[in-house]
Amino acid sequence: MSTQSKKKPFIGTAGIILFLSIAILVVFVAFPVILILFNAFWAKGEFNLVDVVNVLREPDTYQALLNSVFIACGTTIGSTIVGTFFAWLVTRTDLPYKNFMKGLFLVPFMLPSFIGALAWKMLLSPRAGYINRFFMDYFGFEEPVFNIYSYYGIMAVEVMYLFPFVFIQVCGALERMDPTLEESARISGAGLFTITRRITIPLVLPSILSGSLLIMLYSMAHFGTVAVLGIENGIFNIPTLIYERIHQSAGSFAAIRTGTVLATVLVVSAAFIIWLQGKILSKGRYQIIAGKSFRPMELKLRGLRYPLLIFCLAYIGFTIVLPTAVIFMVGGLKTYGLPFTMENLSLDNYKFILFDYKTTKDAIWNSVSLGLSAAVITMFAGVMISYVIVKMKVRGKGVLEFLGMLPFSVPGSVIALGVILAWSGKFGINLYNSVWIILVAYIARYMAFSLKANSAALEQVHDSLIEAARACGATMWQSLRDIVLPLVKPGMFAAFFLIFLPSLRELTVSIMLYAPTTRTIGVAIYTLNEDGETVMSAALAGIALVIIITGQTVISRLTGASAKG
Amino acid sequence: MATIQLEGVSRRYGQHTVLEGLNLTVNHGECFTLLGPSGCGKTVLLRLIAGFEDPTSGSIRIGDDLVADAATGVTVPPDSRDLGVVFQEYAVWPHMSVFDNVGYPLKLAGVPKEERVSRVMETIALVNLHGLEKRLPSELSGGQQQRVALARALVGKPSLMLLDEPLSNLDANLREEMRFEIKELQHKLDITVMYVTHDQEIALAISDRIAVMDGKGAIRQIGSPEDIFEKPVDSFMFNFMGVANFLQVRREGSGFFVGQGGQPVPWDKPQGDAVAWVAAFRPSDVIIRRDGAGLKGIVKRASFLGPYMDYLVEIDGTHLRTSVDTHEAIMRDLMFTDGEPCIVDLREKHWFDAQSLGEVGA
Repeated sequence: MSTQSKKKPFIGTAGIILFLSIAILVVFVAFPVILILFNAFWAKGEFNLVDVVNVLREPDTYQALLNSVFIACGTTIGSTIVGTFFAWLVTRTDLPYKNFMKGLFLVPFMLPSFIGALAWKMLLSPRAGYINRFFMDYFGFEEPVFNIYSYYGIMAVEVMYLFPFVFIQVCGALERMDPTLEESARISGAGLFTITRRITIPLVLPSILSGSLLIMLYSMAHFGTVAVLGIENGIFNIPTLIYERIHQSAGSFAAIRTGTVLATVLVVSAAFIIWLQGKILSKGRYQIIAGKSFRPMELKLRGLRYPLLIFCLAYIGFTIVLPTAVIFMVGGLKTYGLPFTMENLSLDNYKFILFDYKTTKDAIWNSVSLGLSAAVITMFAGVMISYVIVKMKVRGKGVLEFLGMLPFSVPGSVIALGVILAWSGKFGINLYNSVWIILVAYIARYMAFSLKANSAALEQVHDSLIEAARACGATMWQSLRDIVLPLVKPGMFAAFFLIFLPSLRELTVSIMLYAPTTRTIGVAIYTLNEDGETVMSAALAGIALVIIITGQTVISRLTGASAKG
Repeated sequence: MATIQLEGVSRRYGQHTVLEGLNLTVNHGECFTLLGPSGCGKTVLLRLIAGFEDPTSGSIRIGDDLVADAATGVTVPPDSRDLGVVFQEYAVWPHMSVFDNVGYPLKLAGVPKEERVSRVMETIALVNLHGLEKRLPSELSGGQQQRVALARALVGKPSLMLLDEPLSNLDANLREEMRFEIKELQHKLDITVMYVTHDQEIALAISDRIAVMDGKGAIRQIGSPEDIFEKPVDSFMFNFMGVANFLQVRREGSGFFVGQGGQPVPWDKPQGDAVAWVAAFRPSDVIIRRDGAGLKGIVKRASFLGPYMDYLVEIDGTHLRTSVDTHEAIMRDLMFTDGEPCIVDLREKHWFDAQSLGEVGA
């Protein structure tokens, strides 16, 4: 042995990594959230709960709270029924083309819901909607068939684009469920109905509930659909009211106050929902999972096979194909409201948007560059933070674990508001009205995705692989460089795309933070629509869809290939 | 010189104590085995020596260097301890070829390319992997991956090798082959080997000395394989080292009787005042006959197990098991059937106070 014995340095590599990780999470995530809580509860120089209650009792805020809850409940119930039914259909029956259908039901994930809302507005707005007009013009209807500018309209659109959350969870549970559980019940003489009621449903219930809660969480904090469909009729939920107040008053004290109080409500309910979900999942886990690739019992649909297949296809056609087609077609019209005839349709709008119109050209450039930077930064930060959480044994890790959970429970509009409070010059740095403030907000918003993907990848890297490197003479840095990073590359890759793609269609955060030159694609689609430029808005939405779908396809190709290799 | 010296080493996790005040010396050039039931802390001990964990108290020396001392906070990181470690899970890096895996320690040490290639190829040949150096670990069998791990630990010519159950994931034939190879390599390279296992067959076959640990992390006996096998120091050791028979004996005055019956013990008597005694012995120490001197018993159950006959014998309410080579049983008329009387004698036995035996749950 040639090495000298030496004292453990006070701050080693481990200490530096831990410190950096905590600093990143505190600066980007915790600090804005703390500012929100502080502004909500700290008024006139003191802790003030009465004021909070007063804000909540204002008719507008109170109504927005009720609306958020009402819409979230309706959406959750609707999505749970739709998602569970289709999941059962593609896993437990002899529906034809099951695997293909399963893929189709995941397509709504790709469609940003505010673009969907935009399409439905074009189809079902009471006066100008194509479907409503069709019925009024040709069948002599006095009244529109359906008014999309309503609670039920909003719920229906949210269900269409959110139900895959339940669908995925339930499909997974039904596929992984050990069929011997059901078979043994059958051997004991139970009929299919009894088995479903007594065995299958109780076993799958945790997954159904967890998917439902996810939708609840999402819908409570959902901005796009309500903004597109609700504001016309004065329907606000929490995020749209926060936006409205901040936007209208350009950051007045009263507006910030209302915003922070509402944001606090969102954070608290999100934390509660996540806690509840964790409880339900941990209760359900031990029962379901056995191995995989069993062949579960299938219900014979007999005469209903083809009618049900047609029903599924009609559902997809109505909720996916129709709105997408309308977006592209309206995007090709000379003026909104013209009938879809060959002489009215052209590619001029698309050309104009891509090559000549500064607003949209800027928006596309902004979204792509913001998405790329946020994805790269968050990917590297995420791998470092996950490394500390998953692999290191250091004091102070508990703080980091808590901070690491935070991004999961902070909705986009809350992050945006917190970022405004933190980076508007009050603390020495003013990023307001610049593209940087959106980048900061994206990093906070997408940190959760990166942590998830990277932790999952790191869990796969057994500790002994790192220890083996240390025993071979590698320092901690060398073992990170030569062993850990190459092995978590797929996770980092996944994190990159999990961030880059959603950021291209992001609306909730950027709508609160944009300045005239820093519109993102989402903001541009939204504001063009607000300004009555419906055809331009639709054309840009069409281009966004093309980018998103291409990206998604490329990724599933890539990840599919790497999973096989 | 790679000796290992542990002084008063303890390791606690919160309230939970795994090792307490352990003292141990491993000499240069010996193959030293830590043998114990799973969960007894033997792996923790190995990890302390490797430097993956720090002792809560006590000190560890490798050669002349103090590598860990809880009192002064000295700790030398694993990469400066000049070790080779082989893990139970192989820990072969899946993204590197066999050559790169084995060459990694040399690359870190800055060995020039030409020398590196020749040393890696030499080591690969040593573990019989030539021709496979370009393969990725996923293209190798478990035994081949194990050899890669072994080669990787050897290539840097460490003076000390630590092996944690390196054979437990292999099938029986390969396990036997590999354990001879490890032993041979150790002699060829003159290095100190510390081997951790729960498998006493391997421990007995491979070791120069063995330390047996009990479930609480204490060392119960250190000695050569023969000592450990033939002269267990206490009832724990006896129980641990093989399927043991425990024949109950009671003292009445100065006489000793077997079970509840009246047959006096025909062997040397135990020393002590206790009333209840137990004679402990292996099935292989039992001599079973049709007549002659010894204890009278009855064959309760005879089982034919192919190469040998297995008998359960009752002697006045107490039971013992023995086996006889089938060939020998036929030759010498020892094919008993259920219910036949027999005579039992012992070659070797150890006396234990029945109470002390109860403590270890025998």
